Amino acid sequence: MDTNIANSNLKSEDYFINMGPQHPATHGVLRLLLTIDGEIIKKVEPDLGYIHRSIEKMCERDSYQQIVHLTDRMDYLSSHINNEAVCLTVENALQLEVPERVKFVRTIIGELTRIASHCLWWGVMGMDIGALTTYFYGFRDREMINDIFEETCGARLTMNYNIPGGLMFDIHPNFVKRTKDFVAHFKTKIPEYDKLLTGNVIFQKRMKGVGILSKEDAISFGASGPVARGSGYSCDVRKYHSYSALDKVTFNEALKTEGDSLARYEIRIQEMWESLSIIEQLIDNIPEGEHKVATNAVIKLPKGEFYQKVETARGELGVFINSTGTKNPYRLKFRSPGFSNLSLLNHIAVGGKIGDLVASMATLDLVIPDIDR
Amino acid sequence: MNITLSITTTIYKFLSEYMSEGAANIGAMVTIALIYLAIFAVAGLYLVLLERKVAAWFQLRIGPNRVGPWGLLQTMADALKLVSKELTGTVKADKFLYNLAPYFVIISSLMALAVFPFTQEFQAFDINIGIFFLIAISSIGVIGILLGGWASNNKFALIGAMRSGVQTISYELSVGLSLVTMVLLTGTLQLSEIIEVQKNGWLIIQGHFPAIIAFMIYMIAGTAETNRAPFDMVEAESELGAGFHTEYSGMKFAYFFLAEFINMFIIAAIAATIFFGGWLSPFGITESIPWLGIFWFLGKTFVLVFLMMWFRWTFPRLRVDQLLTLEWKYLLPLNLLNIVLMALIVWLGLTIQL
Repeated sequence: MDTNIANSNLKSEDYFINMGPQHPATHGVLRLLLTIDGEIIKKVEPDLGYIHRSIEKMCERDSYQQIVHLTDRMDYLSSHINNEAVCLTVENALQLEVPERVKFVRTIIGELTRIASHCLWWGVMGMDIGALTTYFYGFRDREMINDIFEETCGARLTMNYNIPGGLMFDIHPNFVKRTKDFVAHFKTKIPEYDKLLTGNVIFQKRMKGVGILSKEDAISFGASGPVARGSGYSCDVRKYHSYSALDKVTFNEALKTEGDSLARYEIRIQEMWESLSIIEQLIDNIPEGEHKVATNAVIKLPKGEFYQKVETARGELGVFINSTGTKNPYRLKFRSPGFSNLSLLNHIAVGGKIGDLVASMATLDLVIPDIDR
Repeated sequence: MNITLSITTTIYKFLSEYMSEGAANIGAMVTIALIYLAIFAVAGLYLVLLERKVAAWFQLRIGPNRVGPWGLLQTMADALKLVSKELTGTVKADKFLYNLAPYFVIISSLMALAVFPFTQEFQAFDINIGIFFLIAISSIGVIGILLGGWASNNKFALIGAMRSGVQTISYELSVGLSLVTMVLLTGTLQLSEIIEVQKNGWLIIQGHFPAIIAFMIYMIAGTAETNRAPFDMVEAESELGAGFHTEYSGMKFAYFFLAEFINMFIIAAIAATIFFGGWLSPFGITESIPWLGIFWFLGKTFVLVFLMMWFRWTFPRLRVDQLLTLEWKYLLPLNLLNIVLMALIVWLGLTIQL
């Protein structure tokens, strides 16, 4: 009898499981079609479309002021930065110079948003690899930022604070003091994060050498933000295409060459420190002045194509507007960071275990409504 | 040699005055079983509450505090809810095995409780192969988990069950061998006699160096055997949703859940009995009041239970291959060396007798 299974007529089938759209690790409604061999991943196919709201199509219908409010609902964790991207595009098209005060406040709130987003990511990432306690520590600090936002703009998550031409209203009198308090508080808390998670042996074993992405692959997949910088690809929009008040500050771009999950993790921790330093440089120097410049009630952009990119907490967000000179854009396209970052999931997860897939997915920091607009 | 007067004997003697010998024997067993069932169903519920409170302390929260004073009735309410819930199941499940699985798990947990000496008097069955019985019984539970995962006809449950099989079979070796190390010191498998030996000092002191190693291995392997974090591969919620009990609802789920907590109690209770002298008070300070033994026994057990909860709420989860590497490449060889070391120490008479 032939005992060699490879030569026999026995048929084998791929073991196929459906991760999501309701699954704790996919943070929202991402569906992953996994082909596995025991514990080892053979193929990952992301399936999108569960939270598609045709935001780009809706933008063609709306006025430029209204478009700003839609962008909150894309990457809801960096809503302020999304708003800023659209406002900057419109202001550039109109060749509108906003007051210095607006630039400073936009940058400070943008960096606070980045810290808040990274706090949430840190908590949730810990939860994904089984350390449930991190979640509450991350949320404790994020809550302080949300309180600052609530006082100034009235909203905690979807902020709508930017309008084309400036800010909706001036900052709250407490804003400067509370921001300084937060910076002082958070400086003592990042070491606590390191103590709880970063130094843990199990954590290091789970993250080191897992989900490796080379610099070449990062570039060819169009990765951006902490994911690309973890692979040694220097791509910080804040450095290369500085906007708002970012040209007035000095900061280091966090860069690592390992390209594994641990590198992506450490990049984000380092970015929190850099954001704190940016805020510290700006907070005492907010110039006096108007909080907006007057624009027409109906904004009409000149005919042409306009593009502006900003660095959200997840990477490079691009806004492309094709205008025919009317009050609506003819076509508006968002280049979202999450979409290209998700596209490399199959590349980094194949060959790893199910646990590795979850760990690498956590370090990509996916926000599904950003990917699926 | 019968050192302790177990409660079964007490009840048997009481009953045998009124009925025949056989009837008294069965009557005594049933009475004991009912008492244990009642006590530990409630104790399990309060362990759940304790875990939720401990988790809350670790996580900057308050924890359950709405139902009853300090939330004391919260888990009672949860249990009532679970009892009243509909039992759902998958269409193509293997009905017989699917329904059988929870009972394997809960029965193996409850049976293990029978041999523990809570005090000198309060012990249901003082058999002379106590430790052997504990190891044997605790491995029945994994059959329930495997059956549950297989019969559910759910792919996530199947992966969970396979992981459980791999994990429990591996770590049982370490649990068994670390207990065997201590048996070298006592020369008996009977739990009451093991405690008698410890009147000259708890075994962790008597056996000093190898005993401490054995204790650490035992706690790691014990945590793994109860499928708790950082070894909760079986239900790894961010990977498998709920693992082997994905398709279970209502009371059947409650059996799995309760069994997990009773198992945690058992692992801690074994450690308290073998390493820390069970119901013996430190330095014999309450030796004259025998019933205080239960206080010492539960006190030691809860310190160890807290230790396991501490693990759970601090550590990330291991990956499945790292879990096996830890057992087969580190714990098992260390354990075998430790047995040799303990044998040498016993042979050369280097134990510490207080």
